[in-house]
Amino acid sequence: MLTLRFILKNLSRHKLRNCLTVVGIAVSVLSFGLLRTTVDAWHAGVEASSATRLVTRNSISLIFSLPVSYEERIRGVEGVEIVSRGNWFGGEYIDEKNFFPNFAVDARTYLELYPELLLPDDQKAAFLRDRKGCIIGAKLAARFGWKIGDPVTLKGTIFPGNWGLTVRGVYAGRDKGTDETMLLFHWDYLNETLRKTSPRRADQAGFYIIGITSADAAASTALAIDARFQNSLAETLTETEKAFQMSFVAMSGAIVAAIRIVSLLVIVIIMAVAANTMAMSARERMGEFAALKALGFGGGYLARLILGESLAIAAIGCALGCGLTFPAAAAFGQAVSQYFPVFQVSALTVGLQGASALVVGLVAGIVPALRAQSIGIAEALRRIG
Amino acid sequence: MSAPVGQQGSGSGSPAIDIRAVSKSYVRGQQTVPVLKDVSFHISPGEFVALMGPSGSGKSTLLNLIAGIDHVDAGTILVGDTDITTLNESALARWRSRSIGFIFQFYNLIPVLTALENVELPLLLTPLSARERREHATAALALVGLADRMDHRPSELSGGQQQRTAIARAIVTDPDILVADEPTGDLDRVSAGEILDLMAGLNKSLGKTIVMVTHDPRAAERAHLVRSLEKGLLIDSDPADQKDHADPALHP
Ligand SMILES: Nc1ncnc2c1ncn2[C@@H]1O[C@H](COP(=O)(O)OP(=O)(O)OP(=O)(O)O)[C@@H](O)[C@H]1O
Ligand SMILES: [Mg+2]
Repeated sequence: MLTLRFILKNLSRHKLRNCLTVVGIAVSVLSFGLLRTTVDAWHAGVEASSATRLVTRNSISLIFSLPVSYEERIRGVEGVEIVSRGNWFGGEYIDEKNFFPNFAVDARTYLELYPELLLPDDQKAAFLRDRKGCIIGAKLAARFGWKIGDPVTLKGTIFPGNWGLTVRGVYAGRDKGTDETMLLFHWDYLNETLRKTSPRRADQAGFYIIGITSADAAASTALAIDARFQNSLAETLTETEKAFQMSFVAMSGAIVAAIRIVSLLVIVIIMAVAANTMAMSARERMGEFAALKALGFGGGYLARLILGESLAIAAIGCALGCGLTFPAAAAFGQAVSQYFPVFQVSALTVGLQGASALVVGLVAGIVPALRAQSIGIAEALRRIG
Repeated sequence: MSAPVGQQGSGSGSPAIDIRAVSKSYVRGQQTVPVLKDVSFHISPGEFVALMGPSGSGKSTLLNLIAGIDHVDAGTILVGDTDITTLNESALARWRSRSIGFIFQFYNLIPVLTALENVELPLLLTPLSARERREHATAALALVGLADRMDHRPSELSGGQQQRTAIARAIVTDPDILVADEPTGDLDRVSAGEILDLMAGLNKSLGKTIVMVTHDPRAAERAHLVRSLEKGLLIDSDPADQKDHADPALHP
């Protein structure tokens, strides 16, 4: 009890210096948390993807498409339950900076494959009825204030022209990781228009999405599909949706790695700052430590005082930093919601924040603690005079 | 209350201190500086000894050796039956916490702790409960006349009051021996007199053996025995110095 009081009173010796260190730790714990949450957000699409869905695309590259005739042939492969097709449309709403993902899909099969897109029955029916209808995610609706019945015109980038659509439904995500920022419209609308404007590009699907009977059969089914199109004009590459999403993330792997390194560096830097604070505090008190040792206190007790103090500083900074992470992530997530549909602080991140603060506290205290242990009493007392 | 403070009679229970052929030198750069040369010296239980001598003569060094916070190069120091020169670091620390009370020139109180907490601190090394610790610390502070200053921090106390707090801290564990390195060196005459009265009282009524380094002849006068060091050698003292003083009453 007295020792605890002693440690707490020691904290009050250099209020400004300790406050600055606490703020420094809080800021680094906060940035560590935000950076990690960014990386998590990057991977959220992968997390949300299903293991019972396969994606088939042109084996050369994502930008090459596949003949629409493949759909029937894929359906014939063993293990395949349902097939849908789609195109990355890449349309812009008024301006480039209003980016959100938009796809032309075969609506009926697509919605069947994605039960996590929750759409009221009447809206679904209205969407399926209207050839120029579209559905949008709840976050996207909130972003532009779109309501059911509103007209939306997309400017085509891959498929030139102005594409007039009408909002027929607003879906909600069933899971935390579900993307609520997409716009989906009918592939048939895209294809019929292409038949008129640029027939050479018509009757092509960017990708097929395949529902399979069981996740265990994913590998064999994927191989069987690709085998069917071997040596044909457009060979295919089939992989699980997870692997498909991963290939997007992998493209930005270097950026993710950089973010990870920066988040670690932030912790290393604050470790040096905290270690310096503790070294200064301990150096000023060597005379006191010598007196305590003369009274019979061992190095272990001094180590407890010093480590207790540095852990207390780290703990206060950590609590502050973790507490700030949630509102900061909410605000940051709001600002970048068009890029990261899911921006949420995970329990693991909070755990890692705590662990890194603990390490900072220990590392900062360990050197002065060892030094205090080895001071010669008579010499240190002599220096006071 | 089982207060260790104020229960002992005369120095019958205290051990004698026997310093035998102690040498000590410091290495500074290339050269070795001898500080104590073959010093032998006996201190009887309940004695009040003043160590005098010019600056640099080795007084503090000898006191530190007796108190077990420095190590001899040669020779032995027997305290009772214990040869403290053979103890390892942790055994020595344990011995100090039980046997020695320290009174420093600059008090060496912990500035962030109150007087009471400072006095309570050494009791953390005893098996006493928190309540017992508090009671003993309170009693020790009352004994040095600071019952009304217990919650003051050192910076809120005068030099004399700080030194009295330090004395309370030195006696709270009821050690047999008090060592004091220029305990009045930083004090005005009145405060110094009060501190010396207090120490003489502790020696007389509680039978504490006191070894005190001092430059102040007035302080030395209060001791029973004055020994002088010069260039690391103990000068034979005049037996006339060895006198018993009338003991002043304990501080209120
Ligand atoms: N750690 C050390 N390293 C080197 N020399 C030392 C050390 N400690 C003491 N000395 C030297 O030993 C000699 C005796 O020192 P000591 O402190 O015992 O003297 P003192 O009699 O107490 O003097 P003062 O009255 O000034 O306090 C001095 O010359 C001092 O410089
Ligand atoms: Mg000295």
